[in-house]
Amino acid sequence: MMRIAARTIYTIWFREAKTFSREKFRVVSMIAQPLLYLAVVAKGISSAVTLNGDAGINYLTFMYPGIIGMSILFTSIFSAVSIIWDREFGFLKEVLVAPVPRWAVALGKTFGGATISIIQATILILIAPIIGIQLSLAIVVEMWIMALLIGVALTALGIAIAARMSSMQAFQMVMNFLVMPLYFLSGAMFPITSAPPVLKALMTLNPLTYCVDGLRNIIFSNTLMTAGPFVGRSVVEAAMSFGLIRWSLVFDMTVVTFVAVVLTAAGAYRFNNQQE
Amino acid sequence: MDVIHVENLVKKFGTITAVDDIQLDVQSGQIFGFLGPNGAGKSTTIKILATLLKPTSGKAAVAGFDVVAKPNEVRQSIGLVFQDQSLDDRLTAQENLWFHAMLYDLPSSLFAERVEDVLRLVDLIERRHSLVRTFSGGMKRRLEIARGLLHHPKVLFLDEPTLGLDPQTRNAIWKHVKALREEKGTTVFMTTHYMEEAEHCDKIAVIDHGKIQAIDSPAMLKRMIGGDTIIVSGDDALAGDLKRAYNVDVQKVGNEVHFQMDSGAEFVPKLIAGFAGRVKSIQVKQPSLEDVFLKLTGHSIRAQEGTSQDQMRQMAQLWRRR
Repeated sequence: MMRIAARTIYTIWFREAKTFSREKFRVVSMIAQPLLYLAVVAKGISSAVTLNGDAGINYLTFMYPGIIGMSILFTSIFSAVSIIWDREFGFLKEVLVAPVPRWAVALGKTFGGATISIIQATILILIAPIIGIQLSLAIVVEMWIMALLIGVALTALGIAIAARMSSMQAFQMVMNFLVMPLYFLSGAMFPITSAPPVLKALMTLNPLTYCVDGLRNIIFSNTLMTAGPFVGRSVVEAAMSFGLIRWSLVFDMTVVTFVAVVLTAAGAYRFNNQQE
Repeated sequence: MDVIHVENLVKKFGTITAVDDIQLDVQSGQIFGFLGPNGAGKSTTIKILATLLKPTSGKAAVAGFDVVAKPNEVRQSIGLVFQDQSLDDRLTAQENLWFHAMLYDLPSSLFAERVEDVLRLVDLIERRHSLVRTFSGGMKRRLEIARGLLHHPKVLFLDEPTLGLDPQTRNAIWKHVKALREEKGTTVFMTTHYMEEAEHCDKIAVIDHGKIQAIDSPAMLKRMIGGDTIIVSGDDALAGDLKRAYNVDVQKVGNEVHFQMDSGAEFVPKLIAGFAGRVKSIQVKQPSLEDVFLKLTGHSIRAQEGTSQDQMRQMAQLWRRR
């Protein structure tokens, strides 16, 4: 039983990775879209905005981890809703009628989405030096772990939703009512500490908030301030004291791990108990 | 032994009853055909037997396992070729087969051996490393059949397997299905609305509006029609004389005379002896399954098929949804 499950997970994962590598447009847009956000949106806003008093951290730096979070979000949900595609074009039947546990299929799909998320996060971290952030091996490794955890969590969330959906229209609905709110309320674009109470409450419930907060903890950890009251000290320290980072990395990681486990179970359960 | 056992099976979708209280048994090693027009409930029945749909009521067992209680055991024993496409067109032909072999726990040495066999059978060996996206409809269909045969299932379900295939490939596939039955004792359960195809079956269930109208071998079903049709042409008085001589109901169609006779081939010499010099030509027509279907259901199987215009409309819808 466990051997069959492991083989199934591997097979489904392999297919995800293989088909992804063949979709040139998806690869290109996966890289181009975040760069566009960074170069246009972040750059534009940073020229007009000062964050939470003047910590000396510019908006571009603040938003950069948020953009990595956004990319992981889009990639994961897109991987998950490919179930709807598979259903529409018939391939899902081949999987559903096979003598393998369906929860293992869901797990394979989940790891497939997480793998693509990790690849994307890796590409995006490479531009860090351009915007003045110092990288280290530890940062890359920690970011992989975070990308894996949140990639698993969000793909599983997408699977839980897509497991009972059968049309492309449903996909549009997911994008509008799930993905965009998750992104806007994640602290990627504005800090949670200065948000109005209602938004603050919603942001606290959003698992992506902890991912973005964690990514800031990770990405800023090797960079020193070059301006402002904290000059010469760590960016993490400055961001913490001005509320641009809300929690410690350990806390963020704990929350994201917990959410990943719960959502993976939910996704596997929902996929396991579908008809046709 | 009955490898498929169905008892009082009912499937409702809302108020529509797609499968209406059917019973059937299929013996191991049989080729069993489900004959009926589109929308008769054939595919729904296959989906229930293949554990893709749960029945509203009734029982169904495949290879001795109940389809509701033991779906995994059922899935391990069956192979399925779907009516609609179910390939990943971003993978190559061989990758699609690899995917299938992995899910059905085929050892890699066995896979290497069989992948050649099945691809050669459906004449796709040259295209084994091409993306399925570049295949024509017929090629995709052939690949799906190759895939269904890959793991040598106990029961092979074929839902309209040869739809849109050329006669050569159709024959090759039939040859292989029969060989598989001889060598491995594979049971084949297929749906079709092609009469010619139904002739290959050991047993046929005629289904219409979710109900089984009759189950028997093609020969026995045809016997229901009541003998062969003899068509004779000759002089004008022939009709009346034939009626008196053989005590049959004759029908004049143009300058031909039609009448029914059991075992028509054996009747021909008698006719020649009795009416020497007066008969210009004799034809013996055996009853077809088409006649059987007409007699059982009151309508022709072709009449209910979608017109080509309907099919175009469906295609357009699919296209728009992309």
